[in-house]
Amino acid sequence: MSNFFKKSDLSRKEAESIISDTLQKCDDGELYLENSKSESILLDDNKIKNSSYNSDLGFGFRAISDEVVAYSHSNEISKNSLKQSSENLKSTLKSVKGTYNHEIPKSNKKYYDNINPIEQKSLNEKIKILNDVNDYLRSKGDKVKQVTANFLGEQKSVEIIRSGGETLSDVRPLVRFNVSVMVEKNGRKESGVYGVGGRQSYESYLKDENWKSVCDEALRIASVNLESKPAPAGEMKVVLGPGWPAILIHEAVGHGLEGDFNRKKTSAFHNLMGQKVASEGVTIIDDGTIDNRRGSLTIDDEGTPTEKTVLIENGILKNFMQDRLNARLMKTRSTGSGRRENYRHIVLPRMRNTMMLSGKQTQEEMIKAVDKGIFAVSFGGGQVDITSGKFVFNCTEAYEIIDGKIGSPIKGATLIGDGPSILKEVSMVGNDMMMDPGIGTCGKAGQGVPVGVAQPSILIDKMTVGGTKL
Amino acid sequence: MVKDQEFLKKKASYCLDLAKKLGATDSSVVVKNSVSETVNFRNKKLDEANRSDDLGISITTYVGKKKSSISSSNLLSDNLNILIEKCLETTKNTPEDEFNSLPDKDLLAREVKDLDLYDDSHIANNQKIDYLKKLEAAASNDKKIVNTESSFTQNKSNFVLANSEGFCDGYKTSSFTASSVTVAKDEKSMERDYEYSSKCFLKDLDDADELGNLAANQTIRKLSPKKIGSEKIAIIFDKRIAKGILSTFASAISSSAISRGTSFLKDKVNQKIFSDKINVFDKPDMLKGLGSRNFDSEGVKTDTLKLVDHGILKHYLIDTYNGKKLNLKSNGRCGGTSNLYFENGNISFKDLLNSNSKSLYITETIGHGSNIVTGDYSVGATGFLVENGEFKYPINEITIAGNFKDIFQNITLANDLEFKYATNSPTMLIEGMVVAGK
Repeated sequence: MSNFFKKSDLSRKEAESIISDTLQKCDDGELYLENSKSESILLDDNKIKNSSYNSDLGFGFRAISDEVVAYSHSNEISKNSLKQSSENLKSTLKSVKGTYNHEIPKSNKKYYDNINPIEQKSLNEKIKILNDVNDYLRSKGDKVKQVTANFLGEQKSVEIIRSGGETLSDVRPLVRFNVSVMVEKNGRKESGVYGVGGRQSYESYLKDENWKSVCDEALRIASVNLESKPAPAGEMKVVLGPGWPAILIHEAVGHGLEGDFNRKKTSAFHNLMGQKVASEGVTIIDDGTIDNRRGSLTIDDEGTPTEKTVLIENGILKNFMQDRLNARLMKTRSTGSGRRENYRHIVLPRMRNTMMLSGKQTQEEMIKAVDKGIFAVSFGGGQVDITSGKFVFNCTEAYEIIDGKIGSPIKGATLIGDGPSILKEVSMVGNDMMMDPGIGTCGKAGQGVPVGVAQPSILIDKMTVGGTKL
Repeated sequence: MVKDQEFLKKKASYCLDLAKKLGATDSSVVVKNSVSETVNFRNKKLDEANRSDDLGISITTYVGKKKSSISSSNLLSDNLNILIEKCLETTKNTPEDEFNSLPDKDLLAREVKDLDLYDDSHIANNQKIDYLKKLEAAASNDKKIVNTESSFTQNKSNFVLANSEGFCDGYKTSSFTASSVTVAKDEKSMERDYEYSSKCFLKDLDDADELGNLAANQTIRKLSPKKIGSEKIAIIFDKRIAKGILSTFASAISSSAISRGTSFLKDKVNQKIFSDKINVFDKPDMLKGLGSRNFDSEGVKTDTLKLVDHGILKHYLIDTYNGKKLNLKSNGRCGGTSNLYFENGNISFKDLLNSNSKSLYITETIGHGSNIVTGDYSVGATGFLVENGEFKYPINEITIAGNFKDIFQNITLANDLEFKYATNSPTMLIEGMVVAGK
């Protein structure tokens, strides 16, 4: 737990009084304090290329009146600086006459331990694992030409002080271990990437030499791609594997169901509440409460405990994801989805762990049902245009399917679809739901936050595959 | 107010002195302060006002050939003491790398020219509001526009870069940025588009009406798009997309990708990678240039480079570390390019549209579909079908794909280059790409 006022000329009491004074006629707002420590250790090209440590401290002061948000942040926690921020907020919201909403739900549940993962493993141990990774992969044959591996660790302490002095706090650990490998055969180069992570110690992910399985997976993807042929171009059936390919759900429907875009009516989903937006059997939730997952949060960045929010139930649109501002303006409640990258940024409604739940079919049944199409197993990133609803994602491991059988691997291609209609094209939902390995970061309005995804195998009847083979 | 050079230099030399005292054989430090004020409007009303004041420091220490770095936003002396101590401890425990070093002394920038990168004028929030009111009035003129979101940001920054070889310099920069994102709707569709202007000097910023009108028109024309069939077709990239091709080119010739062997342009210096007529420049000393700089992020002087001469690759973008690895001297490109651009081609925009009886004019791409290891390219796209030089109808939900090795050889440029961003291209025609649609 950080004591934000320990080395400051500003006492907690004085801060509380400035906060209450600034927010008295506002509808909402808070002082958000953050202290984060992070490290990055990178092995690349046979060497430890980088070892760096970052310590960041600051506050963000927010005042909301009706739809207007005033925000001011600084990395100096002092009387002067908070007073200056208060003046800034007051000058933006000149003649406010709201009533501060003191209501904030409480919960005693915690979804991760209060640890500092950086301190739990020594620098020398981390360097040793990175060197072992390098030696292990390079011992797999001459085709391995480049190995990159890194540790990213963080501990972020946050405190939210609301008008009247109510205080909410959270300490969030986060780690990620990544391996990327480039292989070369007959002059052709391909790469493969894999990683693991979440809100636990490094050891939880790497014990029993589990780092070897991360290496094996990265090398397997790279090796498959060495044999890949040009991808087809045009509309066809697509089978998605379980787990990480759920970034399709994240891009295709997740962003479109965030409260701000729907309040502003700029999402393709804004007028579809209660309507059928997906095939029967499709249920999608956004869950911040799964233990130790990358996208989980004990409380969101406004202090609201997170929850399991049902977005689509058996094909019907049920809920949007809300922060306090958008919930108030849409006359509903926050779903604990208010997040920010750090104290420099305003809160936005964001996803946590977005998951499509299991159905009844098997992956084999799906493959058999396809006469011409592709089977996509792993992806790079994705992106969506909220307004038109069009979204893309990039395959990093995919195969052609011909007459119900998996054929040759195909080159990385972009898949494009239409968010509001794609889930109606889902004709089979698998019984094999899987979480992703804990590596996702979602970007919105220039802010990156850690998220998770999950899904079973699914069969989509029609999607456009962006290959080069006509 | 943004902190002055004297304050930043004092912090920098404090760190260098302390690092030396604690056993660093070399060190470098960057201290930066950035103050920005943003006002956002939505549907002609104030939506958000945001002020940020960021002060940050990053320090790299060397012990022989060992290196490590730290960064922090807390510049109080007792915090710096703890961090620099931690940094040196980490440095000593990090394995040696023979290529780790500060830049060669004779490559460091000697003089700092005034490149006209700082405008002292201040635009108060109520003046920003006046600008945005005018902008949003223009943007929402047409009934088809159902949502407008506009923004005005003033940013003032100052920095100092110092190292233990005696380099210590920095300068102020400013930027004024206005943008507008509009949503248009008709019975069949809802579309979004934008327009944007960013300048070092306030007086150079685009007119509010003009910006609003452009944003609205660019959105309205996208309504009721169609999807087309899959085929091989000539692609024309709007300038805002064409510059992305240059950015990919820049990452593929960065010395780090070259030395790691992870670029499709490795070993291509003095080879023809573009069509004959293509010239690419990186010019750091442009007055008021959005990418202008006096030296790179290691303090190395930067000269103008003709990266591509009549289709032939002439230089990589080299920093100290990767330069030593490749046995090449740094050309001042640590941190990337400055003002990077394709020289104008010799046909007009109109002639470019007319050069094929049928082509696709692309105004937006989505997805991260550029692979610099293989050169493969595949992205989602939005644009217009062009027939006999005329825009026929909007298209979306398609992808375009190819490989940069072929794309580069098949580029024709118009003569309409503007310096709107740090990286700029004229309108670009590419033959031979594959569109996937229906």
